Parts: sequence; structure tokens; C-alpha cells
Amino acid sequence: MQTIIEIKNLRKTYKDNKVALENVNLNIFKGEIIALLGPNGAGKTTLISNICGISSITSGDIKVKGFDVVDDYREARKCIGIVPQELSFEPFEKVINTVNFSRQLFGKKSDEKYIENLLKKLSLWDKKDQIIRSLSGGMKRRVLIAKALSHEPDVLFLDEPTAGVDVELRKDMWNTIKNLQKSGVTIILTTHYIEEAELMANRIAVINNGKILLIDKKDNLIDRMSKKTLIIHTNSKINKIDKALGKFKLRISKDKKNLEYDYSPNKKKTGITTLLNEIKKTGIELIDVQTKQSNLEQIFVEILKND
Amino acid sequence: MINFRSIKAIYIFEMSRTFRTLIQSLISPILSTVLYFIVFGTAIGNNINFTNEIPYGAFIVPGLVILTISMQSVNNASFGIFFPKFLGTTYEILSAPISYVEIVIGYVGASATKSFCLGLLILMTSTFFVDLDIKFPILMLCMLLLSCVSFSLLGFIIGIVSDNFEQINFVPMIIITPLVFLGGSFYTIDVLPDLWQTITLFNPIFYLVSGFRYSFFGTGEVNILISIFSISLFILLCIIIIWKIFKTGYKIKT
Repeated sequence: MQTIIEIKNLRKTYKDNKVALENVNLNIFKGEIIALLGPNGAGKTTLISNICGISSITSGDIKVKGFDVVDDYREARKCIGIVPQELSFEPFEKVINTVNFSRQLFGKKSDEKYIENLLKKLSLWDKKDQIIRSLSGGMKRRVLIAKALSHEPDVLFLDEPTAGVDVELRKDMWNTIKNLQKSGVTIILTTHYIEEAELMANRIAVINNGKILLIDKKDNLIDRMSKKTLIIHTNSKINKIDKALGKFKLRISKDKKNLEYDYSPNKKKTGITTLLNEIKKTGIELIDVQTKQSNLEQIFVEILKND
Repeated sequence: MINFRSIKAIYIFEMSRTFRTLIQSLISPILSTVLYFIVFGTAIGNNINFTNEIPYGAFIVPGLVILTISMQSVNNASFGIFFPKFLGTTYEILSAPISYVEIVIGYVGASATKSFCLGLLILMTSTFFVDLDIKFPILMLCMLLLSCVSFSLLGFIIGIVSDNFEQINFVPMIIITPLVFLGGSFYTIDVLPDLWQTITLFNPIFYLVSGFRYSFFGTGEVNILISIFSISLFILLCIIIIWKIFKTGYKIKT
């Protein structure tokens, strides 16, 4: 896979010596959607700001398409588009003017055809002559995306694109992002919505307290980190777990009718066969067995808890 | 290589703001100047005779132009850069492939252009009230341009360091206006008591007004070269401060 962004030993501290990013190493591959997942204040926006030149780097290197963001900042920044978290606009500007301004600010020649296609793709063409302040929140977010894409960047940063957005609009935004990926744009998405990361991303990086705790393909992450729970339904009330079953660390359900057993589905020996044999020996009669898989949210909580 | 397209984008964007706010940008300062001419030039001015054969109405023209363009340059440039900060749109400027010098050229260039045009409009307006015979027109245009650039640079600095609208208005209202009024815009300093004459010599606007007046009438209170030197020094000082601001990212970058 071709690396489009390379971050090495990145450190960012503020004037009060607060460490915002600590030894961040990250490679982002061309054409992927990578989600930076972390709680508020984890360092997601700082990381984006460092890559885009909005905040200064304390130490370390960042390269975009091989261009250093400090030494070759012009070339590096040409490859980047950024959609900020806040809806920040000149409120009295027309949609078409603000998008054209962004394109020219990035040193690109006017291209009416490209801007027309872009606005049509984002369902903004019929709003092109409206002033921004008259648009709805969702439309404003689209204008920000249009501005970020106006200079045809290879990489698009979306900082919390669906923060404070209603469910319908969120789904709409997800479709837009997926379509952008199909058109070849690499997307870096920061979010604290696990559902969003789970639905959108090819890879997920979990960030907390300025450190990247882990990064992996979404499916690998779920497979690697996830736990399954075997729920054993019995026909009698269980008040106490038999000594013979002690090694399995079983739990009794609230209604005292089920036993619950956590296991890792990726291990060769899950212990299920042994457990069921031991249960049979104790004389407990089984009615049914069922498994339940942990989702990304539970994995995320687990990772943060261990940090 | 200079990124002309980006400079042009900022310049045109800033200029277009002028046309959206035409009353505030042009008509209001011209109206104020007309009122000054009526009150000081015509009503009171006919009774003033300390200006060495120059009619008082004509004498105050350079001072009035400096008064207006200094205020407008500072306002235009400070709002130009403060507004994106206020609205949160500086992210776009900072993430664009544009150098700090190019950013300054875009914002300060637009602000200076607006003030320069306004200065010319005020001069044209003044001809309705007084007979104006400009002795060194090229020098006058150069002095006007230098004044617009210097105050625009100052405004740019104010726009960056200000955290709110009150601070933006503080410098023009509390510092520049008194300095212009006390810098010999409406009188020659020899009418002042000795102490105030000495104090006036520490007022940078005094040299600016004197130099500008020299380009009109061929006579000023200090040598024209001292005036040009003072403006150049002021511009240099502003450039050093801006360079330092961008180098450290003060109030721009986190």
C-alpha cells in the first residue's frame, strides 16, 4: 500500500508545558478512510492541526506525499483539504464565491467546470448564489467540504464531521464521505462516535492523552480485541457456582437462570467443550446456549480503561 | 516563488468587503470630512490667520486626509485579519500553501488600496470647498501611499493581537485620533506653548502631517527628508513586529 502521510516521533507541547501529543508514529495509506477515535481532549484535532500547519510542531517529522510539512509546506499543503469541526464562515458570502476563494487561495486557477461538478456532487449547485448564513447546518457542513475539496486535494481531513448533527443528516454525511473515498480521496476522520468509526473506516487508530494506543484494520481490531460471551440457559435456579466450575470464572445472570462465560473466539482452545462437559457432570440441565459478541464500543472502553 | 494567485484571492476577497459595506467604507468618512471642512474650513477658518498666507481651509486638507486615512487604514487592516480570527476561518489561511509575507501583502495591500482611494476621494471633495494647488503631486501621491501602507501594517498588528472588538477599537480611538489631532493637523505647532511644542516633537504623526503638507504647499514644519525617514522607520518597525508575530505564531497558531 502506498503511504500518503508519514508521521514520525511527533511531539506537541503547549506553552504551559502541557503535552498534547507524545511520540506519535503513524502511516496513512492512499485511498483509505482512517478514523482517529478518542475521547474529547485526546489530541485528535491537535494531530490534524499539526499536519495541516494550523499549529506548530514541537518536534518530529510529518510528510505528506513525501513533502515535509515544515520545509516543503507549499507542496505538502497543496495535497491537503481540511473540514473543521466548527461551522466557520464569512456569513455574508455567497456559496460559489467562498468555494472559488478557497480554490484560488490554494494557488489553483479558476475552473468553473470543476467547481460546478463539485457543487453538484454535494447537492449545492442550486444553492450556489445563496449567502451562507441562509443555509441549514447540514448545507453549511457541505459547503465546508466543498471548500476543502475545491483545490482537488489528495487527502481530506474531516474533524468531527457529524458532531451535533441529527441522525438523518449524519447518515447523509456518511454517504457523502463514502462517495468521496470512491472518487480516490484519502480520508482522515476524527470522531468520538464509535458507530461512525465502525461504519466508515478501513482502519482505526485509538488515541488518548496524546498517544496512539493502537492502530489496526477495523475488522482485525474487532477480531483481535473482541470477546464473546457464551450464555448457558438452564431450567433451574442457580444460587451458587459449583466448585468444579470455579476455574471457568462463570457469572450468574440476574434472573439466576443463566450462566455466562467469557472467551476469546480467536484462541485455539476456547474451553467451551470442557465447560459443557463439567456442567453436565454437575447435573445442571441445559435448555439452550447462545453467544454474544462485544462491539467496538466495548473494545474502545476496554482500551481506554487499560491506558 | 511568490504565490500571486493566493495573494490575489485574499486581496479581492478583502476588496469585495468594501463594496458590501460601501456606506461604512466610503460614504461615512467622506461625510465626516465634509463636515470638518464646513465647520473648521469655512465657518471658523475665515477668522484664523496663523498659516502664512495659506487659506486655513486649504491648510487643514493634508491633516484631514491623514486623519481619515490613518483611521480607515487601521480599521480596514485590523478588521480584515481580526474577522477571520473571530469567525474561526483563519484555519483556511494557515493551511493554505501561502507564506506569511504573501498573507501580509494580501491583507495590507487591500487595506492600503481602500485607504488610498479614500484619500484621493477626500482630496477631490476638498476641491469643492477650497482652491487646492498641489505643488508636488507625485510626492503627495507617494506620501499618501506610504501613509496608507504604514497605518495598514499597524492595523494588521492590532488585528492579530486583539482578542475582542473593544481592543480593536482601542488603538484607533484612544491613541491614533489624539495623536493626529495633536500632531499639527489643524494648526502649526508654533502656536502652542513651549512645553507642548516639545511634546509634539515626540508625536510620529506630526512628521507625517508635516511631510504631507510639504507636498501640497512646498513648506512644512520639519524637513521633508526627516518626514520620509520617520515614515520609513515606522514601516520598518511594523514589518519587524509582524515578522516576529508570524515567526512565533503569537495569537495566530497554538
